[in-house]
Amino acid sequence: MSDMRLLIIEDDREASSYLSKAFREAGHVADTADDGLDGYALAREGAYDVLVVDRMLPKLDGLSLIRSLREQGVETPVLILSALGQVDDRVKGLKAGGDDYLPKPYAFSELMARIEVLARRRGGGAATEATSYRVGDLELDRLSHRVTRAGQEIPLQPREFRLLEYLMRHAGQVVTRTMLLEHVWDYHFDPQTNVIDVHVSRLRAKVDKGFERPMIHTVRGAGYMVRAGGEA
Amino acid sequence: MSARTATPLAPAGQAAGPDGVLVRLGTLFRTTAFKLSLAYLLVFAAFAFFALGYVAWNARRVLDDQIVSTIEAEINGLSDQYAAGGIRRLVSVVERRSREPGASLYLVTTPAGEHVVGNVETLPPGVLNEPGQTETTYGRSTDGDRVEHRAIVRIFTLPGGFRLLVGRDVEERDRLRAVIGRAFAWSLMLVVGLGFLGSWFIAQRVLKRVDHMTEITRSIMAGDLDGRLTLAGTGDELDRLASNLNAMLDRIGELMRGMREVSDNIAHDLKTPLTRLRNKADAALREGDDPESLRAALEANIEESDNLIRVFNALLMIARLEAGNAREGLADFDAGAVALEVGELYEAVAEERGVGLRTEIEDGLLLHGSRELIGQAMANLIDNALKYGQRPADPTVPPVVCVTARREDGAVLLAVADQGEGIPEADRGRVLERFVRLETARTRPGFGLGLSLVNAVARLHQGTFALEDNAPGLRAVLRLPAPAAREVQAPRETTA
Repeated sequence: MSDMRLLIIEDDREASSYLSKAFREAGHVADTADDGLDGYALAREGAYDVLVVDRMLPKLDGLSLIRSLREQGVETPVLILSALGQVDDRVKGLKAGGDDYLPKPYAFSELMARIEVLARRRGGGAATEATSYRVGDLELDRLSHRVTRAGQEIPLQPREFRLLEYLMRHAGQVVTRTMLLEHVWDYHFDPQTNVIDVHVSRLRAKVDKGFERPMIHTVRGAGYMVRAGGEA
Repeated sequence: MSARTATPLAPAGQAAGPDGVLVRLGTLFRTTAFKLSLAYLLVFAAFAFFALGYVAWNARRVLDDQIVSTIEAEINGLSDQYAAGGIRRLVSVVERRSREPGASLYLVTTPAGEHVVGNVETLPPGVLNEPGQTETTYGRSTDGDRVEHRAIVRIFTLPGGFRLLVGRDVEERDRLRAVIGRAFAWSLMLVVGLGFLGSWFIAQRVLKRVDHMTEITRSIMAGDLDGRLTLAGTGDELDRLASNLNAMLDRIGELMRGMREVSDNIAHDLKTPLTRLRNKADAALREGDDPESLRAALEANIEESDNLIRVFNALLMIARLEAGNAREGLADFDAGAVALEVGELYEAVAEERGVGLRTEIEDGLLLHGSRELIGQAMANLIDNALKYGQRPADPTVPPVVCVTARREDGAVLLAVADQGEGIPEADRGRVLERFVRLETARTRPGFGLGLSLVNAVARLHQGTFALEDNAPGLRAVLRLPAPAAREVQAPRETTA
């Protein structure tokens, strides 16, 4: 997804200019606000696709800002950035109305991947909750739990099915390892070893084996993407 | 005091000068010991005053009663004589009695008040005209000297207008009264004086010890963390306070040492990868001219940075768990399901490494706590087992890692067992500390934080974490109290 309008509410100017530069290079429009009040005003007016909100802000803290926005009926997806990475902090952030939570320090690729998912959710609406997904000749039926490629059924374990389901739901987007652990296994800790990679490569062996064009692509330094066509 | 403090010309900074003394006195007077002693002194002085006063008053009353009853007896005797022999008999008896040693006072006068007989020579005018009992002065001559004394007397008018006076000298009583009064004054002065001195002494003693303690605490605050308060050995409240303060200082010292150790370790363990990072960037700058190798170097740098971030996050997490402020957001969850899920998460990796991952899990193992943290702990344990547990004694048998979750004595037991080399018993406690990595593990990736984190998670759940011998191999066991076994439960989160 390109041409997103993003608002970065972050008091660390260096971090916010790094982010806005990186977003612009990726082809998006990024505004910045230095404190909670400015950020709140901008977020209320502007038609942004995603808000990136630091948790600790001068004048109005991140969580209060999000709560106020939600009370005012502003439903723009919010990604919370925080130096506090604990489980209960995440819960608090999401309770306040945030849609995703990324502890600092983070990799930009991780942030970008999450923002794209949030923006897509806003744009796509009901389509993302479809009963079946299709990418190229790969089809996944959520109701019958059947996966076929070029009409040929691929038997998958339940967990492999959920992995592919998540990847296909975000086809064309980068999905990071942490995102997979969060959404497929529902854990938020740091997958220390290459546990996710091994699961993906197993899935890949089933989905892509014997086909000329791979579906599951590795995005270096970021994660995975399901996409029809292109090289591995 | 005010007169002295009103001398502003006195040179400042002279501790021994009058100002210094005043300051010292002020401090002394303000001590609790001094104030308390003074209050006790006041109460005691008041008590002594009343007690002595009561005694003096009673003594006087008893003496007066005695005098009156003596007079009474005399009068009875004289009236018998008068009844028997009239005025003549009375006069002769009075005359005889007046001359006896230690005699009472007698006087018989004519109706006109002229002296007939008796040892009282002068009386203040008008006394004889008032019959009844009274206290008056009188004059008598002893050995030629006329002396004025006080006496209690009784006066009767006899038939025919003659008057009879019978009395007792009360000089003795008055002297006794004076003696008691002096004793009274002296003892009060003594009580007050000694009490004041005593308070002073006690206050100074206490003040000296408190000053001493203050001095030591100051030096400790100034950085001498090894300083300790000296105990007087009396076991009194100051001693107890001092020994408690010492215990507190010991604990603080321990924590400081721990902190220093941790920060040294952090410095070391973060410096190493930071240096590596820097060197790689440096090397890439010097050698790599083509964009491909520069790109590779940058990617390697990012990977190294990610590792640093990981170490940092783990450290922060352990610190927060140990500080105990991760208590919020705890809820009931199925520990067996967590063990199963995490086991399944690692199954693929295990299989890839040729290790069998077996799970033995009971149903309905309810725990109250953080599913995330228990999940992370299990992940760390399984990760460790896969890393270090794959060198079995018998190479022909494929290694197996066993994940167990079951009930044990009302607690939930979560265990991960491998068949590797295990950890020597002497090292089992040590590896739970931060950054401790055994020599055998140095060559493999890791930071030495995994087990510390598991230990912290166990403590957060009021449980224990132990490393046991799996013979062969290592068995890492978490024993966590089940919700029913715990008395106090944190309020449950109601999030869906």
